[in-house]
Amino acid sequence: MKTKMLLAGVTAGVMFAGSVLASTLDDVRARGKLNCIINTGLAGFAAPDDKGNWTGFDVDFCKAVAAATLGDASKVNYTTATGKTRFTKLAAGEGEILSRNTTWTFSRDVDLSQTFIGVNYYDGQGFMVPKSLGVKSAKELDGASVCIQTGTTTELNLAEYFKGNNIKYNPVPIETNAEAQELYKAGRCDVYTTDASGLYATMMSFDNPSDHMVLPEIVSKEPLGPVVRHGDDQWADIVSWVLRAMMAAEEKGITSKNVKELAAKDNKDKEINRLLGKDPLQGLSKLGLSPDWAVNVISQVGNYQESFEKHLFPLTIKRGMNALYRDGGLHYIPPIK
Amino acid sequence: MTFFSNIWRNEKSREIIVQIIVLFFLGWFISWLVMNVNANFEALGKDISFEFLFIPAGYDINQYLIDYDSRDSHLRAGIVGLLNTGLVAFFGIILATVLGIALGIIRLSKNWLASKIAYWYVEFTRNVPILLHILLWHGIIINTLPHPRKAISLGDITFLSNRGFYIPKPLAESGIELVYLFLVVAIIFSILFAKFCKRKQDLTGIQYPVFWINFSVICFLPLIAFFISGMPVSLEIPALKGFNFRGGMHMSPELAALTFALGIYTAAFIAEIVRAGILAIDKGQREAAESIGLKPSKVMNLVILPQARRVIIPPLTSQYLNLTKNSSLAIAIGYMDLVATLGGISLNQTGREMETMLIVMLIYLSVSLSISALMNWYNSKVKLVGR
Repeated sequence: MKTKMLLAGVTAGVMFAGSVLASTLDDVRARGKLNCIINTGLAGFAAPDDKGNWTGFDVDFCKAVAAATLGDASKVNYTTATGKTRFTKLAAGEGEILSRNTTWTFSRDVDLSQTFIGVNYYDGQGFMVPKSLGVKSAKELDGASVCIQTGTTTELNLAEYFKGNNIKYNPVPIETNAEAQELYKAGRCDVYTTDASGLYATMMSFDNPSDHMVLPEIVSKEPLGPVVRHGDDQWADIVSWVLRAMMAAEEKGITSKNVKELAAKDNKDKEINRLLGKDPLQGLSKLGLSPDWAVNVISQVGNYQESFEKHLFPLTIKRGMNALYRDGGLHYIPPIK
Repeated sequence: MTFFSNIWRNEKSREIIVQIIVLFFLGWFISWLVMNVNANFEALGKDISFEFLFIPAGYDINQYLIDYDSRDSHLRAGIVGLLNTGLVAFFGIILATVLGIALGIIRLSKNWLASKIAYWYVEFTRNVPILLHILLWHGIIINTLPHPRKAISLGDITFLSNRGFYIPKPLAESGIELVYLFLVVAIIFSILFAKFCKRKQDLTGIQYPVFWINFSVICFLPLIAFFISGMPVSLEIPALKGFNFRGGMHMSPELAALTFALGIYTAAFIAEIVRAGILAIDKGQREAAESIGLKPSKVMNLVILPQARRVIIPPLTSQYLNLTKNSSLAIAIGYMDLVATLGGISLNQTGREMETMLIVMLIYLSVSLSISALMNWYNSKVKLVGR
């Protein structure tokens, strides 16, 4: 509650300061650091490692944008946000990117004046229960207490799904994933519901992951992706093409290991040449990026596959919908030409 | 020129001029703030609109005192939240007042142990932030009480579990009207009897045990009616069905934790206020009362407390206001109060932070002002009347 009041204050404060509309890229370069808004803690996506450095799939994307714009993936300031505070923080200018497993919906895109620049993870809402409960399907959950992260699309999905199936339930709203885990473990709720990726991440952090299971029902579409503010198309283009470059690199077999080597030679596949700055890429100067932008991203952060395997495979998450189109997934990248 | 210098030299007109200037700058500053917010909202492509209040909220609330469904509007969700705030404030204020007055009096007791216990209670409680109290009580309830399937059962009708407390719910059946009628009669009788006894005492000095007689009348008259009309009340006993208990009356762990935390925390402050009020009464009053042979309880109830009340009520009002406002920390444990519904989920689903915050602030302001007005009215009733 306090944070929200504070945020309203901060929003107002930033607004009073007057927003002179300089380009976001200039702001970032002048500061020498990218401000990135991430999750308060979700294993695999954004969580501090044992040395206290933020790491994860969403964090990698912040690093990739810093590598493309500043040439150095480490030049990122991280700001954490709960499901509730994230949009206010982005609107108030506390970060240039919101990279916090955020679902792309119509009203968030249109009504909240922000731009979703693409999908970096196709997800869906699921349910986790202790195996001891003996439940095999979400349809058997009549009367259950359900822990739910507040301020997310999940609470709307949940209400719609249970109403549609005529199931009564008792919602227990929680602010962060960490608190929700505690209540779930203490038995305050029978079920924990959030995006399936989050459920796997949460389950792996338990002492006995095998005592819990994710029910087969996926009740919603949750295309997750990075978000920027409305109004700076150059910045939106930069961020979206960084994401596409990472996926294109996977498609073309460019990895952090071989990127320097491929960038140095003339490749048969001219798309690799254009991506890595060997051949000119028309329009790049309009984005204000140097020709080696993609080399920086791939050498310092890796391609989409590398980031996915590094952070999400340990959670037993499979590529599934998140494979490239040629492998039966949904990621289809516009050509780099 | 002399005209203006005369005005400036005149103390009264000078004061007015200074006040006008200050007022002007204050007004200018406020309108500058408002215009700035408007301009910047426009630059962000946001407008100020309250239409979102009438679209379906889409989320469920786990405790509602009026009918609520996820298809209802954000406005109704906000009202449900406001009622939940009112409920926890009501329980909290009762608990805090009873506990606080008792502790304040015990603190002054001549019994060393009792007074020390009250002292340590006050010191421990009021020096720990309220948020920690709330989290502590929630943690205790959730982690020490068992799962519903192993719930602690009291006579198989009342159950304690980490999903909350369940008690049987009385359901009225036909014939209950007689009981209500007898209750009304009993209350009217009690009021008249109390008035009669007071007049009798004023005239003759004879005292009747008014409290006990009225208490018995109010208890037994409806009870007699209850048996005459053939016990027209049935109990809905909570029963374990599936995951949770169903039926009966339910108090969620969140409501319980919040009530305990707010009540116990505020009681420490009220205890100090009561103690200060009692100590403010000149000891001659007590000595005089004792010297005419009043019992200690009468000394307290008839001489000390009526005078102490005048000192106690203004700061007590602030404590009630604090308790009500502190209840907005409910979101920390997922209790769906006004801040959690309208100022939380609705804010988030609609992105209207300025509008929702304005509404929530205005509501808290009017609730606080109402409590204040009520207490001021009571204060003016008990203040020293010049004779």
